[in-house]
Amino acid sequence: MADPIKVYPPKPSHVYFYATCLIDMFYPDAGMAGIQLLEREGIKVCFPEDQTCCGQPAYTSGYHDEARAVAKAQLGLFPEDWPIVVPSGSCGGMMRKHYPRLFKDTDHEVKAAEVAARTWELTDFLLNVCHIKLKDLGEPTTIAMHTSCSARREMGVAEVGPKLIGQLQNVNLVEQVRAEECCGFGGTFAVRHPEISGAMVSEKVDTLTDTGAEAFVTTDCGCLMNISGYAEKNGKPLAGQHIVSFLWERTDNGSGS
Amino acid sequence: MSQASSEDPHHIDVKEFHPRARAAIADPKIRQNFRKAMDGLISKRKDAFEGMDLEALRDLGANIRLRALANLPDLLEQLEKKLTENGIKVHWAIDGDEACRIVRDICVARNAKTVIKGKSMVSEEMELNHYLEEHDIKALESDLGEYIVQLAGETPSHIIMPAIHKNTGEISELMHEKTGTDLSNDVEYLTASARQQLREKFMNADVGVSGVNFAVAETGTLCLVENEGNGRMTTTVPPCHIAVTGIEKVVGNLEDVAPLLALLTRSATGQHITTYFNMISSPRKPEELDGPEEVHLVLVDNGRSSIYQDDELLDTLRCIRCGACMNHCPVYTRVGGHTYGTTYPGPIGKILMPHLIGLDEGRHLPTASSLCGACGEVCPVKIPIPDLLVRLRRESVDGDKLNPAKVRGHGAKRGTLEALVWKGWSWMHARPGAYRFGTAVAARLRKLQPGQLGGWTEYRTAPRLAAKTLHERMKERGQ
Amino acid sequence: MSSRDTILQRLRNRSGGELKVPNCDFSVMQRPPSSVAERIDQFQKTIESVHGEVHLCTRESWIAQLASILSSRGARSLLIPTAHQIGRDLRDSRQDDLPELLIYDEPIENWQPHLFNEVDAAITSTRGGIAETGSLILWPTPDEPRLMSLVPPIHIAVLKASELHATFHEAMLAQNWASGMPTNALLISGPSKTADIEQTLAYGVHGPKELIILVIG
Repeated sequence: MADPIKVYPPKPSHVYFYATCLIDMFYPDAGMAGIQLLEREGIKVCFPEDQTCCGQPAYTSGYHDEARAVAKAQLGLFPEDWPIVVPSGSCGGMMRKHYPRLFKDTDHEVKAAEVAARTWELTDFLLNVCHIKLKDLGEPTTIAMHTSCSARREMGVAEVGPKLIGQLQNVNLVEQVRAEECCGFGGTFAVRHPEISGAMVSEKVDTLTDTGAEAFVTTDCGCLMNISGYAEKNGKPLAGQHIVSFLWERTDNGSGS
Repeated sequence: MSQASSEDPHHIDVKEFHPRARAAIADPKIRQNFRKAMDGLISKRKDAFEGMDLEALRDLGANIRLRALANLPDLLEQLEKKLTENGIKVHWAIDGDEACRIVRDICVARNAKTVIKGKSMVSEEMELNHYLEEHDIKALESDLGEYIVQLAGETPSHIIMPAIHKNTGEISELMHEKTGTDLSNDVEYLTASARQQLREKFMNADVGVSGVNFAVAETGTLCLVENEGNGRMTTTVPPCHIAVTGIEKVVGNLEDVAPLLALLTRSATGQHITTYFNMISSPRKPEELDGPEEVHLVLVDNGRSSIYQDDELLDTLRCIRCGACMNHCPVYTRVGGHTYGTTYPGPIGKILMPHLIGLDEGRHLPTASSLCGACGEVCPVKIPIPDLLVRLRRESVDGDKLNPAKVRGHGAKRGTLEALVWKGWSWMHARPGAYRFGTAVAARLRKLQPGQLGGWTEYRTAPRLAAKTLHERMKERGQ
Repeated sequence: MSSRDTILQRLRNRSGGELKVPNCDFSVMQRPPSSVAERIDQFQKTIESVHGEVHLCTRESWIAQLASILSSRGARSLLIPTAHQIGRDLRDSRQDDLPELLIYDEPIENWQPHLFNEVDAAITSTRGGIAETGSLILWPTPDEPRLMSLVPPIHIAVLKASELHATFHEAMLAQNWASGMPTNALLISGPSKTADIEQTLAYGVHGPKELIILVIG
């Protein structure tokens, strides 16, 4: 019923970085930014070459045989007991919350639970495990933030993004109305129910624009693709970034890798 | 609903979800009515739980419901025994049709011609009004929202606020046209007119029909939650009261009612408590001067015992019908209650209705969700609604060989092409080499990427592939 | 097989096997101890927030206060309990500005139109109140039947301050309700109301438009 209470591990020497397929193909810069932020914290980042997709698209569409085949291929990527860090609440939620359900009563049940317990959303990991301290090098700016529903509700990290941004002294974070409402992405939902998803994202873009923010950041590339894509198509002046890209750009003094 | 045939004028084709959704979204009045109402309800709920240990209370609520379900057959028998001892007659109905027949038989035995109704979603599920009309028994709704909806010849668009889709002007015009009430935007005036019209009906009704919020096995008590007083009128003024309820509404002890009530009203409308909490344990006793001389309870199964068979689906039966899931649902807020075409709209409808009407008929319901989780987050009895939506999606495409589908009408949504696409997707993503090769080739060919991607690009630009995948960049980095 | 037996058999033979019975921890229902004054204060605030009206009275003053409340509303008739002390006190009182006093001493069938159309107000006793939710507990009796608190446009309830409980949960345990429930038990928390027309509150939709509570200290 209730999710187990999170117990943060001590800061490790190594982590696995599970980039997610959206970042791999569409937003590799966000992936690099995440890796560089972790490395700057003195952590060795292992990027398992054989990673593909967590399996969520098939899982939420009901194709669990197919999801399981893909998820099974991910389970073996993390042999050491290092934390698995994911720059997405959605894929993180899939691994942490849904892998145990997907592999229930199978030979991989124990392995899935073990991987689930080691899975962390990246910003949560930076703030609460690395205890990151950010030094803002950027120009003054005003931004808004959209926390994805899975980051908020499955990974329980709604407080994390604002806290990290709060460390940046030249950044003014403004909150849009109905901040906790879904942007309408929902994976295949956006394609199956385009009219509903379209109505949701149009209101999300309006509320973000109404804040007067120059840009918005988000924890998940699905939301980013959705919100930015709508803003672009409809000529709304609202730029978007993955939060880790934003954090890295504002704090990178060129000494990073 | 399952009994409705295509010739039936009341029949709504649940499968026509998409056109109704499009129409609702294109209607600014509907969107504004729902948005305004839902925003208000969300903030009232939040205020109502202020200062309480909501998580502990929700845990208790969930456990009370689970405990009741674990003992369901025993509790139903205990309830029947206690009610019978108290003088209340208990009836059992396998489905909505049988429940309708039971109500009609009671009316016929009393030579009853008019029925006044308190709010009851189970009676909507049974389509009781329609059935009674067909058998020359007039059924009149007395809850103001239900009354308005009935005047309009519609069905409720919300389980707690049936007429939420209408604004004051629309209601005034409707009352003017149907009852001769003067046109007015004064809600007090409209309410007073309805009071006058309905008082006469209460006095003349032969039978009162109500729902039940909790049925307490320990004491044989039927509990009803309401604000208007029409529920009390319905259960007190006519000489015969018939309560209809789903078999899952039973709880073990009277004590269980206190936390459930605290959760129900705060979750539903943000009230600490409703104006009336009405607990009925017997018909009028010889020395008493008012109240019905006959009280009946109709226990309706209508698919619930099937839901009960499965450990996961069983959670659906925890529901206490507060409507918080719909109030917080971004999809419901956009499309409104009627779009679903089902008795219960919104998230609870999406996980309950497929069992009542079959997953073939209700195949679109579980897909109409972004799985944002707002419903599960506010559910006062912690029903994992998003997980149940995923479960029903799986059942509707027969998507799991290890866990064969069980719900009636399963597999109806499985299309050959779609299944093939997922098979191909799975093949590629389960093979890292194939994945790396495929994504790298896609990155090279990104200039050829189609600009139109079905429903996605109706509203958005197409996502743009990066020149190099992260895999490639990490490889270059020597990792 | 009867529908009853079919349903029960399906439930008993569930394919998922026997269900685990969870433990129910009621400690969240407990409240820290409170004084009578605190409970009155909370009760008053809560019920006033839903349009209830509270008058603090004494045993000596309540009839005069009642008379003035009723005359300010222009009430011409007041339905009172027949045997309860409240009814007897009112009948015996020398207060001369009370409206016409009526008693409910025959079955409703004999005088329904009169009750529905002619009676302006009714006064009842209570079995206590609930501070947290601003609720009155009523167990109607042959002496104070169910419709007294429902049909007339004004309902006046007499509440003893000493009988205010912190919560519904506490009240039902303290009064041992589980040992036997009456024909009808009620919690009343304000006048009848609706928000069914565009979320706009309107009072007196079916029941009383006004709920007035005399708290006897």
